[in-house]
Amino acid sequence: MTVPGAWYLVLAAVLFGIGATGLLVRRNVLVMFMCIELMLNAVNLTFVTFARLLDDIGGQASVFFVLVVAAAEVVVGLAIIVAMFRRRAAATADEIHILKG
Amino acid sequence: MIQSVLFAGVGHLAQSGSGCLGPNGTSITGLCTSDNSLHMPVAYRSILPMLVLFIGALVLLLVSALLSKRSRPGLYPVLSTAVGLAALVASVWEWYDVGNRGVSTIGGQIFYDRFSVFFGVVVSVTVVLASLVSDSYLRREGLDGVEAYALILLAGTGAVLMAEAAGLIMLFLGLEIMSIALYVMAAYHRRRTESGEAGFKYFILGSFSSAIFLYGVALTYGATGSTRFQDIAGYLARNTLVHDGVLLAGMALLIVGLGFKVAAVPFHFWTPDVYQGSPTPFTGYMAALAKAAGFAGLLRTLTGALSSQQANWRPVIWLIAVLTLLIGSVMAIAQRDLKRMMAYSSISQAGYVLVGLQAGSAAGTAGSLFYLFTYAFVIVGTFAVLGLIQGPGEARNDLGAIRGLARRRPGLAMAMLVFLLAQAGVPLTSGFLAKFYVIEASVQRGQYPLAIIAMLAAAIAAFFYLRIALLMYAGEGEAAGPAPALEPAGGGAEAAGEAAGEAFVADGALTAGLQPVPSLDGATATLTWEPPPEERIAIPPAVAATLAICVVFTIAAGVSSPIIDFARHATAMI
Repeated sequence: MTVPGAWYLVLAAVLFGIGATGLLVRRNVLVMFMCIELMLNAVNLTFVTFARLLDDIGGQASVFFVLVVAAAEVVVGLAIIVAMFRRRAAATADEIHILKG
Repeated sequence: MIQSVLFAGVGHLAQSGSGCLGPNGTSITGLCTSDNSLHMPVAYRSILPMLVLFIGALVLLLVSALLSKRSRPGLYPVLSTAVGLAALVASVWEWYDVGNRGVSTIGGQIFYDRFSVFFGVVVSVTVVLASLVSDSYLRREGLDGVEAYALILLAGTGAVLMAEAAGLIMLFLGLEIMSIALYVMAAYHRRRTESGEAGFKYFILGSFSSAIFLYGVALTYGATGSTRFQDIAGYLARNTLVHDGVLLAGMALLIVGLGFKVAAVPFHFWTPDVYQGSPTPFTGYMAALAKAAGFAGLLRTLTGALSSQQANWRPVIWLIAVLTLLIGSVMAIAQRDLKRMMAYSSISQAGYVLVGLQAGSAAGTAGSLFYLFTYAFVIVGTFAVLGLIQGPGEARNDLGAIRGLARRRPGLAMAMLVFLLAQAGVPLTSGFLAKFYVIEASVQRGQYPLAIIAMLAAAIAAFFYLRIALLMYAGEGEAAGPAPALEPAGGGAEAAGEAAGEAFVADGALTAGLQPVPSLDGATATLTWEPPPEERIAIPPAVAATLAICVVFTIAAGVSSPIIDFARHATAMI
């Protein structure tokens, strides 16, 4: 029994949606950060599924690029978060309110 | 001796063609057959500016590691400027080298044509200007160091890669290389809370938009079977998709993702905060670079790969362009912070480039390219002036800081006036011709409503540009008199809660005290209650030279423009 490719695509879309919703709804900075990772991994799943459906290696190769970029993004993002919340009690986005208007 | 051996080795490799030699000159069996696709000849000439910028960044870091700390304070900006100039020379050489060809090289991932070379020139120029401007600011703020310049060069590398990309994956890589460097630059001012906040907001929303863009890449790949622009265009030319839902969704996500980067309107929310919080010279660099690179990506994707889908994306871009033009212009009027005002101004400027993109023709693309090139000079110059007048610690970014500038520093005020007029689109500046070319291209495609809306937005925007100009030329002595009369214009748009802020305005002490933190509010209010002491603004030579370059270019490009001919030659040809 094989799972149809469309199911993977739907799963990826749902994961992407969860990530996007979480980013917009959650207030904890680290959870927001994880939501971005979830979105990127949903994209990876889409890439791999399409590569399988199209019988093309290009999509799988793309996943490696995405993984590397995601890793680089994590490094910089965590550094910014640490630099920012070093002098604060809690890492929530509600405290980030100086710039508005 | 050693060199000759090395060169001989290189020549041998070049002659053998396949280059399938092991470390000792022995052939590696199995891996290297003549038709082996693993071996890929790299046409270095096609990525020369990018190489120069990237290697320049590495050299800078290496030099800083070898020299003792702070031994050469002015060395890094000089090196960074030199690297930028070298990249400019490389780009100009490429312009003649590539001619009217358009070839995809390096495994079909890099597209080498005048479009990419044009952006190589734009980015190199922006790098040079930003390196010159940043030095004095960084020293004033005590942030002097090699990192800033390495980041400038790396962000430039990513921007060039975005323009040179021959596929969506390379476009994504370029986008991330540029964006990650820009996130750090936004958060670069360690002691300003606003800067960290700007960096964080830029990072979260930038990553969000990158993920959206990437999902668009995946869906486009699924619909067309390739991520390369040429293959996508070829596939769509050969086939008519019966169920094009996946392609349309992918296209929409690509537009959203790149729309974030160029700050088009439904996706512009990060822009004012990030522009306000980032270190001022970096804001100018970011505005010029991210916009140029983002539009390079949009032009390549929409007018190149997806040109057969014009009927689908042109209405979308039409709507985005209208929103961007109007909301950017109107919101700028209500701002009290100069950097914030310029952020909304840059949003509305993006609207004009979108007008050129929406035309979907060679004339529209040429107009957009011309716009981006001239805008780089204008916006870097504008933020250079703002960086000078804001004072140490970015103490004053409010409108009052620029009041009476003409009396204190006539030359600086004159430069700012040129930049403001250029952004407003006054004739004899580059801004007029830039707006003219995009609107002309739009009219050629019969987009009369869009052209009228663009001109209307220019009229609205002229209001706040001229308001800044009037403030500059209003005397310091009469600051409490006629100048506040100019203020209530934006008052209607303000929330009622800022009535206290309005009271400060009425007292002539237009402070940055609109910030919602109560203690800080009180502190700044008492500090600047008296008319600010008249400190003389020092203009460092490097900034003065940059401003002179920007002013001369802005006026020269507005009088007679060979630039538009370059732009016309550089229209994308995928």
